[in-house]
Amino acid sequence: MVDMRVNIGGIELTNPVMPGSGTIAEGIAKAADLSLLGAVVTKTITKDLREGNPPPRVAELPNATLFSIGIPSKGPEHFINTIVPFYQSFNVPLIASISADTADDFAALAKRISVPGVSAIEANISCPNLKKNGEAFAMSVQATRDVISAMKAATDVPIWAKLSPNVGDIAEIARSAEAAGADALVCANAMLAMGVDVQTRLPKLATITGGITGAATKPIILRMAYQCVEAVSIPVVGCGGIMDVDDALEYMLAGCTAVQVGTANFISVSTMSKIIAGIDDYCTKHGFAKVADVVGAMGIHEPPIIHAGRL
Amino acid sequence: MLCPVVSNIPVNGEYFHLVLDVPSAALAGLPGQFFHLKCPSSQAGTPFLRRPMSVYRINRHERQIEFLYKNHGLGTAGLATLKSGDVLDVFGPLGQGFVSDGSKHVLMVARGVGLATMAPLAEQAIGNGSQVTAILSARSPDLVMSADYLESVGASIISVTDTDGTSDIGSVAGILEACHAANPFDYAATCGSNRLLQMLKRLCGQWGITGEVALEQNMACAIGMCFCCVRPFEVDGGLTYRRVCFEGPVFPLGETTSW
Repeated sequence: MVDMRVNIGGIELTNPVMPGSGTIAEGIAKAADLSLLGAVVTKTITKDLREGNPPPRVAELPNATLFSIGIPSKGPEHFINTIVPFYQSFNVPLIASISADTADDFAALAKRISVPGVSAIEANISCPNLKKNGEAFAMSVQATRDVISAMKAATDVPIWAKLSPNVGDIAEIARSAEAAGADALVCANAMLAMGVDVQTRLPKLATITGGITGAATKPIILRMAYQCVEAVSIPVVGCGGIMDVDDALEYMLAGCTAVQVGTANFISVSTMSKIIAGIDDYCTKHGFAKVADVVGAMGIHEPPIIHAGRL
Repeated sequence: MLCPVVSNIPVNGEYFHLVLDVPSAALAGLPGQFFHLKCPSSQAGTPFLRRPMSVYRINRHERQIEFLYKNHGLGTAGLATLKSGDVLDVFGPLGQGFVSDGSKHVLMVARGVGLATMAPLAEQAIGNGSQVTAILSARSPDLVMSADYLESVGASIISVTDTDGTSDIGSVAGILEACHAANPFDYAATCGSNRLLQMLKRLCGQWGITGEVALEQNMACAIGMCFCCVRPFEVDGGLTYRRVCFEGPVFPLGETTSW
């Protein structure tokens, strides 16, 4: 029996696998057993009702997708009255993703949804499709600190900061979130990207730019998750292009305490349950009694000692 | 579910007819519903996402489902490589189908591959005791697909084509008005053309009958999770987005804005 439990900033998960925000909804419960998951992460809500971006909202790329959904939201009351009770029946920790236009609004919304049944709040400070040019709080050390500090002051519910990959030095953003009191980091949201249909001469998305997600992004986000792990002492949740158990293990070996599976849920609703079973198998085969021991278990290549000047 | 391919043969040059052996869950599909197919790789490449495909025929007797598709992209190029004995990963049935129950005279107006989506509606409606009149519109007579099949299940067929000059909206509307005057329709459905959709929307409003349309949109998840496949609909005097995969793909004609 492998001990599959992991702890993310004070919350114990029965296993390290959860969906990325916005990649499952109530409809999946008919096709997959949500009670098997380590946690459920809900689609980002805002305080206002939002319809989201105009279509086309998705384009397929090689091994990837280009998305621009724009956070359709039914607001906090719908979330509290409908979404929270729905997921409570599966008896897994519920992580509520939220977004807002200002640090104060992030704090107010966090306070509003700090209700029984919400185990943690994921601050979506990194959506690439809300503002012009994909601008996001998580692109700035100061803005990241302001949002996370304000949220921490407004609620006792743990705060996870979802970082943006659209930065030069993700480690400095990670340290800023940690210094502001974040209980965990999620690395990362989608990378800014675009595509043009050469036949119609139209952009592939109505918003022109969007976020690229899926298998093709994994090596880059994995590198960033590793840099976050090296930079902070709070748990890092890896999220980017995880399609199968090996992808999930790469993130965990690189030091991520848990993983979020996103785009792969759109291709198969059984992706997460297969990854959970696969991690269990891997631990058994490789002699890990606890999955927590896999976290950061990546070794190093011992370099040979080379003496210069002997050519 | 993994479904063995029974056959996958070209028809009319541009289209393929795919027949799969399926488990009982797939046979529960209703006209207008769709399946989400994990299309295989081909020389054109490997599709990353699944592809939604409306069901052309649900053959409960043979325990098979059938699809009619045009080979025109990465997903369908992969489907076209399938041979008898291959296996296709199929997810479904999904979405909301047509609701023609209780109708006495069903009108179907379809163009191009939209015919494939409408075909099972004819079979079901006739099985439920309705009369069915189907207008099949295509570029040329040899592309008027499914006419034989629809006739075999008991539908009255009127074919109109571009090459004959009978498919323009004015002519089709004239045909429909004459049919309605002789034997009134009490339900109408359409798929495959924006011009036919707009015309039928107007006529259904005029006649005061229920009209439905099956829509298409690029999808990712197909079960209402990703919110990719939205289209605008007219509700209470304003526009709102609805998911083609989840609230549709069959929608009330009166609320639909375009094909």
